[in-house]
Amino acid sequence: MAEITKDKLLWIYERMRLIREFEDRAAELFAAGQIPGFVHLYAGEEAIAVGVCAWLTDRDFITSTHRGHGHCIAKGVDVKAMMAELYGKKTGACKGKGGSMHIADVDKGMLGANGIVGAGGPLACGAGLTAKIKGTDQVTACFFGDGAAEQGTMHESMNLASIWKLPVIFVCENNGYAQTTPSRYHCAAEDIADRATAYNMPGFSVDGTDVFAVYEAAGEAIARARRGEGPTLIECKAFRYYGHFQGDNLSYYTEEEKAEQKARDPINKFIQRVLDRNLLTKAELAEIDARAKKAIDEAVKFAEQSPYPVLDEILTDVYVSY
Amino acid sequence: MATRTITYREAINEAIRLEMRRDPTVILMGEDVAGGASTHLEEKGEEAWGGDLGVTRGLVQEFGRSRVRDTPISESAFIGAAVGAASTGLRPIAELMFVDFFGVCMDQIFNQGGKMRYMFGGKAKVPVVIRTLYGAGFRAAAQHSAVLYSVFTHMPGLKVVTPSTPYNAKGLLTAAIRDDDPVIYFEHLVLLDTSGPVPEESYVVPLGKAEIARPGKDVTVVAIGRMRLFAMQAAEELAKEGIDVEVVDPQTLSPLDESTILESVKKTHRLVVVDEDNPRCSVANDIISLAAQQALAYLDAAPQAVTAPHTPVPFSPPLEDGYIPGPAKIATAVKAVVA
Repeated sequence: MAEITKDKLLWIYERMRLIREFEDRAAELFAAGQIPGFVHLYAGEEAIAVGVCAWLTDRDFITSTHRGHGHCIAKGVDVKAMMAELYGKKTGACKGKGGSMHIADVDKGMLGANGIVGAGGPLACGAGLTAKIKGTDQVTACFFGDGAAEQGTMHESMNLASIWKLPVIFVCENNGYAQTTPSRYHCAAEDIADRATAYNMPGFSVDGTDVFAVYEAAGEAIARARRGEGPTLIECKAFRYYGHFQGDNLSYYTEEEKAEQKARDPINKFIQRVLDRNLLTKAELAEIDARAKKAIDEAVKFAEQSPYPVLDEILTDVYVSY
Repeated sequence: MATRTITYREAINEAIRLEMRRDPTVILMGEDVAGGASTHLEEKGEEAWGGDLGVTRGLVQEFGRSRVRDTPISESAFIGAAVGAASTGLRPIAELMFVDFFGVCMDQIFNQGGKMRYMFGGKAKVPVVIRTLYGAGFRAAAQHSAVLYSVFTHMPGLKVVTPSTPYNAKGLLTAAIRDDDPVIYFEHLVLLDTSGPVPEESYVVPLGKAEIARPGKDVTVVAIGRMRLFAMQAAEELAKEGIDVEVVDPQTLSPLDESTILESVKKTHRLVVVDEDNPRCSVANDIISLAAQQALAYLDAAPQAVTAPHTPVPFSPPLEDGYIPGPAKIATAVKAVVA
């Protein structure tokens, strides 16, 4: 187990708590009709984005999915701008033009949530190619789900990244379902990580609800990528509390499954571990909880009070020049 | 520097070469753009093909295999990688071997490349060029001969360029590579071997500007890509009959130079549009709609579209020859509108 500094532990807890707070609040606001469209919530998978992004700086890149809020927060995107984006407000991360499924912040290396399942793989290869050709040590983390694992784009991308030795890590968030279809049905492999063999790259399957396990696997993979040794596939097995999107009736989960999810909660697991080992105190955790709640309260207030974009904004930002 | 006669193929090659010399962030990738990666040829710094039709020949020798990259046959991955690289600081030129192959990678072109800037509220730019071969007349049959630029023209966020001569092929590609938006650059298969005068130095033919290829007073013939050559042939024949044809080459379909087309129509009062694409939802019918909406009062006759039929491209030589709109069909349409 790699040593983790106390500052890093505090950062990990703060990011996981911030994601949970953001998602629980987004669920309430959506149910109350405050957020238009639909939202795919990341609660239950916090350990994955945070365990990976703990190794990244603003100069590194990530590609994301339709379930992208957690990736944004882990990569440091401002929660006020995110919440305003969910509301479709002018002050949103994308001026209200993208919404939940397209939140991005290129300055933070966040290359966008994505409405197309499996589309991030090729984009991640491109970001990796930029780093390789420019000779920087930037790494790109490509988050994708178990559903996306069955898209041709992901197979093509892992092959391309491997033959070109691109500094990309492929992080499969296996939450067990592609919408309502279980991975035991849609996936021919027992472990998606086994597919790494076919792309001649290392592959690991880890407990995606254990941030320490994710952190350790990601650390090795990212170090390998920074050394120019090419990509790694990490499969993180986790679950989604809210199902595919907020409003999902969850009829396909059994009661046992729901109980098991609660028992695997990544935040509770973290708390238990750091308290058992005297790594952090209850007071330190409580302070972070209060800060996260306040940050999300402020984000909601900011979003509610922000203006909508003016109608002329329809026409801007299509091209740099036209 | 001098102007000399070179082919359309050489003009494209020269534009890429000069831009790669000028800007180290310009890279080229696609299937066999050099060819022979990892073989004894690579060890010797040589290439196998330099592109399926030799358009990119010799570039790997000058720029090396880091910037001239052979790809696997994974269009989604490498076209998408070009988009991802463009959004993170390179200026990639990706080659989609034939436009007919867009079916396997369109998501990366229109959902990612074409929408990224808008979805991100203007906080990204995607300076990628996708070069692609198109067009009938090569006996390449239905899956290697289509035109399809209308599909891309329909999509906001993309620019569409259709060079017709060696001169505009070089200048438009130079402009496309320097442009900060995604550009789809259409290379006509049959035009590759055509020749014309091209200056040695680098120059830009601006995107969004039509060219009046032949001034005339009786009828406006808007002709896209290879159709410009046929329109010019038809115009020479019609001149003998006393019909003075103005040939307008849009050069870029998105953005479209509406004003040059409309000014010409207002001058000649007659319009024929020649387009090798299939007719439904075509650029031809879009331009006729433009004239109907903005210059109807000037029109002395119903405009005519001369297009391919609503069919795939046939293989059999006489069928393919009949599929392509040629000078005779153009002349017939012109006579119908001037009658």
